[in-house]
Amino acid sequence: MVDPDVSQYCLRLGDDALVLAQRLCEWAARSPQLEEDVALMNLALDLLGQSRSLLTLAGAREGAGRDEDDLAFLRDEPDFVNAQLVELENGDFGRTMAKQLLVSAYALPLWQALCGSTDADLAAIAGKAVKEVAYHLDHARSWVVRLGDGTEESHLRMQKGLDEVWPYAFELFESDPLLDRLVARGVAADPAALQPFWRSCVEEVLAEATLSVPSTDWRPSGGRRGTHTESFGYLLAEMQHLHRSHPGVSW
Amino acid sequence: MDERRFQQIVDGDGRIEPRDEMPDGYRKTLIRQIAQHAHSEIIGMQPEGNWITRAPSLRRKAILVAKVQDEAGHGLYLYGAAETLGADRDELLDMLHSGRQKYSTIFNYPTVSWADVAAIGWLVDGAAIMNQVPLTRCSSGPYARAMIRVCKEESFHQRQGFEAMTVLANGSPAQRRMAQDALDRWWWPSLRMFGPSDDNSPNSAQSMAWGIKRFSNDELRQRFVDATVPQAEHLGLTVPDPDLRLDAATGHHVFGEIDWTEFFEVMKGNGPCNRQRLERRVTAHEEGAWVREAAAAYASKQAAREVAA
Repeated sequence: MVDPDVSQYCLRLGDDALVLAQRLCEWAARSPQLEEDVALMNLALDLLGQSRSLLTLAGAREGAGRDEDDLAFLRDEPDFVNAQLVELENGDFGRTMAKQLLVSAYALPLWQALCGSTDADLAAIAGKAVKEVAYHLDHARSWVVRLGDGTEESHLRMQKGLDEVWPYAFELFESDPLLDRLVARGVAADPAALQPFWRSCVEEVLAEATLSVPSTDWRPSGGRRGTHTESFGYLLAEMQHLHRSHPGVSW
Repeated sequence: MDERRFQQIVDGDGRIEPRDEMPDGYRKTLIRQIAQHAHSEIIGMQPEGNWITRAPSLRRKAILVAKVQDEAGHGLYLYGAAETLGADRDELLDMLHSGRQKYSTIFNYPTVSWADVAAIGWLVDGAAIMNQVPLTRCSSGPYARAMIRVCKEESFHQRQGFEAMTVLANGSPAQRRMAQDALDRWWWPSLRMFGPSDDNSPNSAQSMAWGIKRFSNDELRQRFVDATVPQAEHLGLTVPDPDLRLDAATGHHVFGEIDWTEFFEVMKGNGPCNRQRLERRVTAHEEGAWVREAAAAYASKQAAREVAA
């Protein structure tokens, strides 16, 4: 069933999951302790799984015969429509967890809402994703609290990491004509409706973590239109290089 | 302690549990062996982790992430098994970081192409299974139980590695070249994973008497060669050993002489990646210190708050 709007929406969701997974993969064998190596790879695996289902669905609704790998490896930077927040470089473990908290507190109400999507395939993906992101949120929350309310050094690092990624979170709640059409059809979640949960969840975690809510009115944006940060080109170059070096083969 | 009772349990194929009396040498040998196995698991995450961000398909990426995650998990239960014998994980990690304890020499070779990931699954995990399956019946209860779980996952990894290698061997000329090149580089280091020949393996006899070792290094190596050569033939790849032939009389493969000089050089620290692997491990540990300290500080604050409440 060809449906360009749904295809584009799945691409946004799929790119968010894929790019965040790719960043988490950079932590392999670099994490602060062995338990965390297991946990971070677990998060990456969940997100990779979500991205594969979403990109497959995006390809099916597009109707041009592209599969998950065509979409992941053969699109150029301006064709990626993930939010800029997920592509930001990891930084230290505190900044990685700050980013994970801000994304997961958005992803949980998003997938909860999409469980009721009028697109049955998307609703089925949501049914699985909602359980996964509930764990991701829990994991990020517990680290943000421990680091915020841990030592003096961890508090400073956690606040700095949070301050750095914070402005990028607001792109997640932007609307545009595509979303307006899909919300009207009952396919997509209304991003504005996700913000109250996000705000109260994040503020509660930050209060427990003795961290301040960053105050800035800088709101970088553009990922959904294919405008990305400088570091994103390097992420794609690394991810796509091998696949593109051997066109048309199987792996 | 009653050494006779200990030896009776071992000789009767029983299990020595942490609460049982055991000779000091047995305890020390086991702790060292389990720790070195755990170190190998966590250092082993690096050569494969090297390809996670570049994996050529999303399916292969997911398989590789899951595998590296399994290795971290194996490290966790093995350190746990060593702790039941009285060791401390932080001390064992210090021994790894300071070079006082070793890990498998195989992980000091670089993964320079995607086919190396497949070759590690097929050959390195294949050799590891040959070594580890007998350990599921070793005399130490905690080690034997850890090995049961590890071996199940390793055999899954080995099949995935062989399957990835099959795709490459049947792929484009560039993919076939990649596959052959990986076999060329990983074959001999894999044979050396079984350790020195029996006549040059000073600790083997004691480990056999203690029921930690069931088969000699040479026996296990022969088993590996006999199992793997037909697989290479099936893939249409050439094992890099001009002396390799099947002895019709015994049914075993006869193979060329192993370069033990290289083995001892890599063991000493002079392999291509020894310095890099250890440095990466130490850096991750040091850069994570503030996180572990914060977690400990938070936990003690919480405990104090509970007491106050």
